[in-house]
Amino acid sequence: MAPDSGSPDHADRSQWMRTLALADPDWLENRWATLPDRPDFVHVRAPETGLVMVRGRMSGTGDPFNLGEMTMTRCSVRLRGGAVGHGYVRGRSQRHAELAAVFDALMQDPARRDGVAAAVIGPARRRHEQRQRAIAEAAAATRVEFFTLPREHA
Amino acid sequence: MYVAVKGGEAAIDAAHAALTKKRRGDPAVPDLSLEQIDQQLALAVDRVMLEGSVYDRELAALAVKQARGDLLEAIFLLRAYRTTLPRLAASLPLETGRMAVARRISATFKDLPGGQVLGATFDYTHRLLDFALAAAAPPAGDDGGGDAPAPAAAPDTAAAPPVSPPRVSDLVGRDGLIEPAQPSDPEPAPADLTRQPLRFPAGRDLRLQALARGDEGFLVSLAYSSQRGHGTIHPFAGEIRQGEVAVEIVPEELGFPVTIGTVAVTECEMFGQFTGSQGEPPRFTRGYGLTFGESERKAMAMAIVDRALRSAELGGSTGAPAQDVEFVLPHSDTVEASGFLQHLKLPHYVDFQSELEGLRRMHAGLAAAPPAAADKSDAPDDGTLP
Repeated sequence: MAPDSGSPDHADRSQWMRTLALADPDWLENRWATLPDRPDFVHVRAPETGLVMVRGRMSGTGDPFNLGEMTMTRCSVRLRGGAVGHGYVRGRSQRHAELAAVFDALMQDPARRDGVAAAVIGPARRRHEQRQRAIAEAAAATRVEFFTLPREHA
Repeated sequence: MYVAVKGGEAAIDAAHAALTKKRRGDPAVPDLSLEQIDQQLALAVDRVMLEGSVYDRELAALAVKQARGDLLEAIFLLRAYRTTLPRLAASLPLETGRMAVARRISATFKDLPGGQVLGATFDYTHRLLDFALAAAAPPAGDDGGGDAPAPAAAPDTAAAPPVSPPRVSDLVGRDGLIEPAQPSDPEPAPADLTRQPLRFPAGRDLRLQALARGDEGFLVSLAYSSQRGHGTIHPFAGEIRQGEVAVEIVPEELGFPVTIGTVAVTECEMFGQFTGSQGEPPRFTRGYGLTFGESERKAMAMAIVDRALRSAELGGSTGAPAQDVEFVLPHSDTVEASGFLQHLKLPHYVDFQSELEGLRRMHAGLAAAPPAAADKSDAPDDGTLP
């Protein structure tokens, strides 16, 4: 497939695709079910599950090495008379990848973008931020101050 | 050498039926769900994902269940399953500096920017069996008590640490007191053990991949042997951090990076013995451990063994087991090691019969020979008879 061109700013699209990938699949399904005017779509690429080789960096900041693989599912859809959307999600949920692709396609439609952003992307991002905050708070509660004791001279 | 045999189908079927029954145990006891294994035996799931080399909690939990809790068998199951899936992409290298940190400690600085964050740890527990856990499940919200006291007044959460504290090695590196860890330009594509067989000399990229999926017990013992003096590196736990990192890929049809999810990882930086050479001042060296999940012991062992395996290139000593890459890498994989060990259960009837026959002939020869002749028969034991 040729790279999509002329679509919204890459940074914006990258952000909402991230939000969709990090969202809970059941929650996304619920958003889809309550979405007004659900569009028809066809698969450009049917949902497919495979592996991504996850890489790390030597000593955290050096050259890359292969750490191990992770399951990933991808899917591409075309809305009727509309844009192509892609979904790439961790794990094996084909429905998650499909919904991510459909919402990605909807976000590229200027007529639908604000509605989908308000109903799906915004709330999904806030849910993710809330989870991150909970992790940070739990960690902060275990922050410790160590005191070194002076050595006793016998 | 083993030989092919035929037959036994009915007995093998019956053995597998027995396995199924034994796996389930007493039907009066509730069946374990994958969610229960994922949530309550999370570290077993972590180990299976790490050494099975596939990050997928549900698959790893299934493997643990199917293997009746035998983690090495579960790792084998996951490795076998991975061969059925296509490789769709390679990720950009994880940026562990941007980790959402759930635990972060350093044994090298008491006060460090971002602070020491203990997270959920077995450290400082008294290792006393907690019989409260044996009682009926406590109500939701109660953590079961145990010897981990409820945190006293949450220590100044107002001064919560930044989510991604700076690296300890950067603090040391600012003054040039540790070897740098910069990417090459351009960055080389890392070698991949799953695509090419292991060959020597093995670069650090290949070594780290092998260590990451290597057997925890083997690596802990090797690291211990190094600590006890067999190729010591005088390690300091510069930093250990645990948390979630985003995984990004660049899909070919998009051409820009997208996050596809997060992985929980543990990272350990060991600061090793300093070296210097003519023209270069002495400075600390680095050993690195990176693992899926909460696998702190493994990450620490990996970092020590990584540094030990770098000994030759850093101009250090060689010869200890932990420094010998041709010893460490081919023996670190649990699937290979346990497979070769267990192949001894396969029929070796022909080999054994021929050795048995040889022994019988020797015994017969000894019995027939006069005692004097037997005394001077110190010829090499090659199975032949005079």
